[in-house]
This record gives sequence, structure tokens and C-alpha cells, in this order.
Amino acid sequence: MLNSLPSSQATRPKFGQKYSALRLVMDALTQNRNLQPQWRSPTPKARYDAIIVGGGGHGLATAYYLAKNHGMTNIAVLEKSWLGGGNVGRNTTIIRSNYLLPGNIPFYEMAMQLWEKLEQDFNYNAMVSQRGIINLYHSDAQRDAYARRGNAMRMHGVDAELLDQAGVRRHLPFLNFDDARFPIQGGLRQPRAGTVRHDAVAWGYARGADQRGVDLIQNCEVTGIKTDANGVVGVETTRGFIAAKKIGLACAGRSSQVAAMAGLRLPIESHALQAFVSEGIKPFIDTVVTFGAGHFYISQSDKGGLVFGGDIDGYNSYAQRGNLPTIEDVCEGGMALMPAIGRVRMLRHWGGIMDMSMDGSPIIDKTPINGLYLNAGWCYGGFKATPASGHCFAELMARDQPPAAIAAYRLDRFAQGYVIDEKGMGPFPNLH
Amino acid sequence: MRIKCPHCGERSLDEFSYYGDATLRRPEVNDQDANLLAKFTDYVYLRDNPAGQHQELWQHQFGCRAWLVVTRDTNSHLMTEVTAAAQKGEAA
Repeated sequence: MLNSLPSSQATRPKFGQKYSALRLVMDALTQNRNLQPQWRSPTPKARYDAIIVGGGGHGLATAYYLAKNHGMTNIAVLEKSWLGGGNVGRNTTIIRSNYLLPGNIPFYEMAMQLWEKLEQDFNYNAMVSQRGIINLYHSDAQRDAYARRGNAMRMHGVDAELLDQAGVRRHLPFLNFDDARFPIQGGLRQPRAGTVRHDAVAWGYARGADQRGVDLIQNCEVTGIKTDANGVVGVETTRGFIAAKKIGLACAGRSSQVAAMAGLRLPIESHALQAFVSEGIKPFIDTVVTFGAGHFYISQSDKGGLVFGGDIDGYNSYAQRGNLPTIEDVCEGGMALMPAIGRVRMLRHWGGIMDMSMDGSPIIDKTPINGLYLNAGWCYGGFKATPASGHCFAELMARDQPPAAIAAYRLDRFAQGYVIDEKGMGPFPNLH
Repeated sequence: MRIKCPHCGERSLDEFSYYGDATLRRPEVNDQDANLLAKFTDYVYLRDNPAGQHQELWQHQFGCRAWLVVTRDTNSHLMTEVTAAAQKGEAA
């Protein structure tokens, strides 16, 4: 692979590029004197073949797959802050592909299959842990809905099993099964779901892209998108004008602002989502659990902290922090589900800005402007989608043709009436 | 974040429910208008989603049930104005 790098890369050390157990031992014996930065800090060139705006999970994954699968190495990722500082570093690390609608299942299952091979693929320990997820149901109607969802998943070749109460008890004996209002009747389990070390995903993709010659440019905010009669010509940034004929936007909660630079108005509202972690406790929850009567999901990190979250705050926000009523609501959900956590102290909570779309599903598509591509509207499902999003967005940018997995994620689906409304909530972003 | 309801005074956020952008106006329905579908697509789905001052509709659902127009900075959550929608002439 080193042979295929551009000549500017030739001065880089030839040994120790690949991470391995042997490398770990060698580094330990040499007291880490030979450790190399995982990626360069290049100055931006005047022109690239393609530019990705946004150095988060999706942007870095896109750059990685553009270089690896499509041979496009003269590209740059522009990040206004530091790599992976947005939602890829702020989520609750859950991966799953337990969707219902035909437009969604193949895409998220593609992501799941990429997760399963990811660490070997990009040679980085992302701590992919397929510990399973159990979505609990609390009524007969909800059981029917989960049976339907499980059947839809299995018809698409995704693993799913419907558990009765005894089945859930085998996995999670400490739940509040006989709650007076919301007794737990059972759950829908996806054994292949799980958690991933979220920061490592960004770092692994960044290192993989950098090794293939991609310029990762941090502290470089895009301030304008320049177009002419033929389409995009480049971007104005805080570090000067950079030319490119292809520009991909992967800006998560800031998508509306960046798209507005090209005169586009998006079907997106930005909302704050909070997440929480408790102090570290001994091993307690060995899977991911979601409460079916409220909105609460929880897993336990390898450090022992309980990582949990719930609904978005529900009003337009760019503040990266939320409000107390949502915290109370999330904790009430937790207490209803597993009263055992009542004495555990909360360690930290934080917020991220979600690009909530009008139907709760993402948009990966060309835009009406030639050469401008859009990857947005991830609501709060963006992390689990990262590998498939990057994979498909890279293919779209390289070939100008959307792969089948993202065929439904069109920007014009709202005008055409082909919305993908997984929850059936209508055009109200704060309800998805 | 607390909202100063013009009828009830300053109240906790969990008494209120959020609707969204208060500046949108439903297009006039006119069968002869060839752009009617585009206008309604804009109205139903597209948003300015500003980072900064935002006029938005809230309902004091667990209070006086009045609809309110709140002017709020989406970067800081600072509210500069809360008016009853009926007073503003909104169709509430």
C-alpha cells in the first residue's frame, strides 16, 4: 500500500505503520520512543479533486472510502474545530439494525456488516462489542408492533428474536418486571447489535484516510461555497479559498447553515440531544436495553459507567447543552425500568446538536447544484450508520450514482411524497 | 430555560410544548397556481433553522393553554420576547 502513496508521503516512516500485538510489545520495550502521530497536520493545497466539509465520523469515513474504494486520494476533509469533536464524540455508542421500513433496513444492515469487519479493515481497535440490544414491550399492542418489526428484519436477513417475559428475565433479571403501570411483557432482541468505542471510530477512519494521502485540515471553517454556471468551484475558508469540483457536506447539526451558503434550504431543524454517564460500577448490564413505555436506553461501558439517554430536548437549539426537564424525564424512565440504579450517582452529562429531518430519516443525495453532495438529517441515529454512510456517500461522490442502499434517502422525497417516517409522526422534527 | 408566560408569569419549561418556526405562513390556495405544490412543500418541510434569533410557537399546555410567540437565541437559549400569539395576530 505504501507504494501507491503520492510522493509527498515518501518521507514518512516505513516501519510501524500497522498496528498489531507485536507492535504494542515493541513499543513497550522501546518505551514508546518510536510512536508516530496518527495523522499529519497539512497546510491546505490550492486545489483538490474533492472536498468533504466536516471532520466527524461521517466525513472521515467518506474520505477513507473515497481513498480506499475509489482511488481518490487528492482530497481534503475540512473541519472547523478538531477531528471527531461533534456528535461522533458525544453519542451513546450504540449500533443496531433493528429497523422496520424497507428504505431503512438494508442500509442499516449494511452498516452492521461493515461494523463487524471494521477493525480489521482500518487496522484500529474500535472496541466493537456485539453485546445485543433488547427493546422492551409493555402491552399487547406493543408486542404486536415488535413482532411485526422482528418479522420485517428477518425477511431482510437481519437477526431478530421476540422474547417473552421469561426470556427477558434470563438476560436481565434485575428489571422492574411487575411495575404497576408499565409491566414488562417481553422484548425484541437483536443479538448482533452492540456498542463501539465512538472516538476510536473517528480516529481509525482519520488515520486510515491520512495514510492513503487524504489531507485532514483542522481549525479550517468553511465560510462560503462558490459556484458558477456549471456548479461548484470551491469553498471559502478561514484559511483561504480552496478549489474543488466536488464538495460533500457532512456537517450534522450545522447542515442548514452550510447548505445555506449554496442557497439551499433543507427539511431539517437542529435540536439538542443530551446523554449521560454515571460513576463506574461493577459489571451490571451486559447488553443494551431500551424502555418501551418512555424513552430511555442504557448500556454499560468497559470502564463501568452506565451510559444512557432519552429524548431530544424538543426545541431548535445550537447550544450543545440541554435543560433540566429532559434530564428529569430520562432519569424517571431509568428508575421505572431498573430501580436498582437509584443510588448510582451521575458523573457527567452533555449535549450534541442533531440534524432532525422532517421524516426522521437521513438524506444522502446530490443537490440541485452540480458537484455539491449532501449527507445530513441523521436525527439521532447517525453514529450506528457511520460506516455505511461513508461507504455510500463516497460512492455517490465518486461515481455520481447513488448505490442501492441509499436509493430511498433522496432530498426530493419530501416534495414527491416518498417520506420514510419510521415512527409515523409526520413533519415534526421534535417528535422523531 | 424558563418561559415568562404573559398570562401566568415565569413558569418551568415542562409546562410548555413546542410547535416550531412562528414565521411560516400557509400559502393561499388557488387552483390556478402552478407552483402550489412547491409552495406547500416549502411550507410543510423546509426550514430556515437559524443559528441565532428564532421566532417560535410554544403552547402553555399545562397552564393557561395559550399559544405564545417566543423570540429566542438558539445559540444561547436567551429569550428576548414572549407575546401571546392571539395578540400578535397569529392563527393559533
